[in-house]
Amino acid sequence: MLTFIVRRVAIIVPTLLFVSILIFCLQQLLPGDPAIVLAGEDRDPSVVAYLRDRLHLDEPLPLRYLYWMKGVVRGDLGESLRMQKPVLDLILEKLPVTLELAFFAILVAVAIGIPAGIVSAVKRGTAWDYGANVVALWGLSTPNFWLGIMLILLFSVTLGWLPASGFVSPREDWRANLATLVMPAFVLGNAIAAVLMRHTRSAMLQVLSSDYVRTARAKGLPEGRVVLQHALRNALIPVITLGALELGTLLSGAVLTEQVFSIPGFGKLIVDAVFNRDYAVVQGVVLFTATAYIVLNLIADILYVVVNPRLRVA
Amino acid sequence: MKPARLLPRAAAGLALLAFVAGGIAAAGAQTLRVGLAEDPDVLDPTLARTFVGRVVFAAMCDKLFDIDEKLTIVPQLATAYEWSADSKALTLKLRPGVTFHDGEKLDAAAVKYSLERHKTMPGSNRRGELAPVTSVDVVDPLTVRLNLSAPFSPLLAQLADRAGMIVSPKAAQADGDKFGAKPVCAGPFKFVERVAQDRIVLERFPDYWDKQSIHFDRVVYLPIVDSTVRLANLRSGQLDFIERLAASDVPQLKSDTRFRIAKITEIGYQGITINVGKSDLAQKNPLGKDARVREAFELSLDRDGIVQVAYDGEADVGNQWVAPSNSYYAKNVPVPKRDVARAKALLQEAGVPNPSFTLMTPTTSDAQKIAQVVQAMAKDAGFDIKLQSTEFATSLDLADKGQFDAYVLAWSGRADPDGNIFSFDGCKQPLNYAGYCKPEVDEILNKSRSTRDPAERRKLFDQLAAQVLKDRPIVYVAHRHWLWAHTAKLSGLRPVPDGLVRVQGLKFN
Repeated sequence: MLTFIVRRVAIIVPTLLFVSILIFCLQQLLPGDPAIVLAGEDRDPSVVAYLRDRLHLDEPLPLRYLYWMKGVVRGDLGESLRMQKPVLDLILEKLPVTLELAFFAILVAVAIGIPAGIVSAVKRGTAWDYGANVVALWGLSTPNFWLGIMLILLFSVTLGWLPASGFVSPREDWRANLATLVMPAFVLGNAIAAVLMRHTRSAMLQVLSSDYVRTARAKGLPEGRVVLQHALRNALIPVITLGALELGTLLSGAVLTEQVFSIPGFGKLIVDAVFNRDYAVVQGVVLFTATAYIVLNLIADILYVVVNPRLRVA
Repeated sequence: MKPARLLPRAAAGLALLAFVAGGIAAAGAQTLRVGLAEDPDVLDPTLARTFVGRVVFAAMCDKLFDIDEKLTIVPQLATAYEWSADSKALTLKLRPGVTFHDGEKLDAAAVKYSLERHKTMPGSNRRGELAPVTSVDVVDPLTVRLNLSAPFSPLLAQLADRAGMIVSPKAAQADGDKFGAKPVCAGPFKFVERVAQDRIVLERFPDYWDKQSIHFDRVVYLPIVDSTVRLANLRSGQLDFIERLAASDVPQLKSDTRFRIAKITEIGYQGITINVGKSDLAQKNPLGKDARVREAFELSLDRDGIVQVAYDGEADVGNQWVAPSNSYYAKNVPVPKRDVARAKALLQEAGVPNPSFTLMTPTTSDAQKIAQVVQAMAKDAGFDIKLQSTEFATSLDLADKGQFDAYVLAWSGRADPDGNIFSFDGCKQPLNYAGYCKPEVDEILNKSRSTRDPAERRKLFDQLAAQVLKDRPIVYVAHRHWLWAHTAKLSGLRPVPDGLVRVQGLKFN
């Protein structure tokens, strides 16, 4: 077990190094001179020259990478030239927002997707099954920005129940915080719920036709216990993997949803940074989310081994 | 689950929703909530670059001068000014009894400090605006003198924008280049907090010199990029005011008595920049090479049609760097009418009946619509235009390198016409993407900077129009309307053409 963990942690270092090189190089492929964009509308030549110097734009690429890495290993991700603020501060400002939104979105997805998947598997071929499939198809095929705007028009403009957009910190006012997150969490969760539902359904169908379930039924167990205690536990393993992957995606920011609801999370931060060629921010945020993703994966792998002894041999 | 069990749960869910919703109605009655179309950049007047940043500064940082609805320069922190006989020194009398948000006194030394900061700070965006100012003298505690290297008539207009914003020397010295994270100025509202991409909160400054004109306790600026969502926030009561309403939303909002729309013609312009000398491409393309082809191109355009299609009618047609309503508009060169027959004749004369070129356009919907309409209109005269839609930062880079034939480009505009033309048409100037360069034009441009008399300047701009609009490095198309929407209970709004929201006099009825 310990060897397994040590081996996995050892792989992280070269992976992150590779990721950092990739992020840095891909960023340089972006067309457009960042100094010209950052210099604003007036593009004063002295400002452009100053920015080129600050960004080391006239120096060779490997050297620029080293400048960046030198800061990164000391925990300094650089400074946003547009906001005159350290990138790490910006990340720490956005992180709670993104985490909270991701948490609620997953909550919505699980609350809708898993029960719907169970019902449609158990009641296979009935109106319940078709109904759940239609809902899943709707969730998969509805664009987030469209659903977002429709919800805003209904719940904010027409009914006046929820704020149309924005974000309030839970420390400031937790009720307002929940109110601002209801719609974006539903929009994000809705799409993921559809995926979870489809996977839960197929996993359940497979498990329900297996021998041990037949045995359980033969023993005379009530159907509810067979489905929820015997079948679901095994069926959930692939679903949990999927849920973890979706959570990882949500952590890198839900760009369109954050844009529509003006939620100041990672998605908005990175999009603004790309359009304004605020290199340090783009690099910093991508590196941060990549690290988080890799660490989350590691934790998931370790948990697997803990949960499923069969994997320990490998 | 049985319906009987489902109902109480649904009811509980709705009750929770209503409870949660109750939490959002608690906002203070005397807070003005403004929806911005973008998130401003750093809030340091010396480093700031964006238009929306200026909207926020208007409530936070007073300037030496301001401009009014007619673009006239009016006093703000300076109460009077006097030019020396040779126009190479400007003496300013400062308003007495003004303090900064940190309680420091605003005096001549503070003005000298701020102007020198604008001129010397690394990365300053104000350096070019104040380039002719060589030194600043403190004459007495309430008098400063700006010494110039050469006469510079647009200086007052520069001092009525960010270059004229005075910051607290104590705070600026303490915070250095981080001053923008907690700016300290002498405006009606002081900085409270900012969450990037979320909100900027300002609070009334009790010692403001003109405090009787301030009727709000707080101003909150919320950047909401999507215009539909911005409007939804206004309609649902979460905002009191939004800037840049989409023109297509005007008819719908007009019929709603709870809201008002205000519109002002911008001081900037929408135009098509033509590569006439920026790179070798200019000589490879009939449009860049031959002024007759450019004239034919302009004659093929129906500006009213463009305004209808691209802006839903919410723009004024124009053919110059200032709108026809501006006092510096050159009446000797009126907006040309569409004349396809004449355009065709010109193309025949130039020997290229079917000239072909690529029109580069940023990916904004306005620019794309303009490009599409222009493509269709010019086709009638024989032009074959290819559209090249390019992300903004990339398009700027291509323009800067001269890798384009024609480029749909807008300019936000400056109060003095000099700000709309000097940098665009002067040889080798930074915004001269067209690569236009004529010594006689440079001479007039320089003369217009050294002439203070408005009537004299008008004559010079007439001469300039006669030459530049014939050469057509830029084909000017229209001047958009700034569309503001606000709740009907808000009054005291002053439509100043720079599109900035003055908070003085604003109140709820």
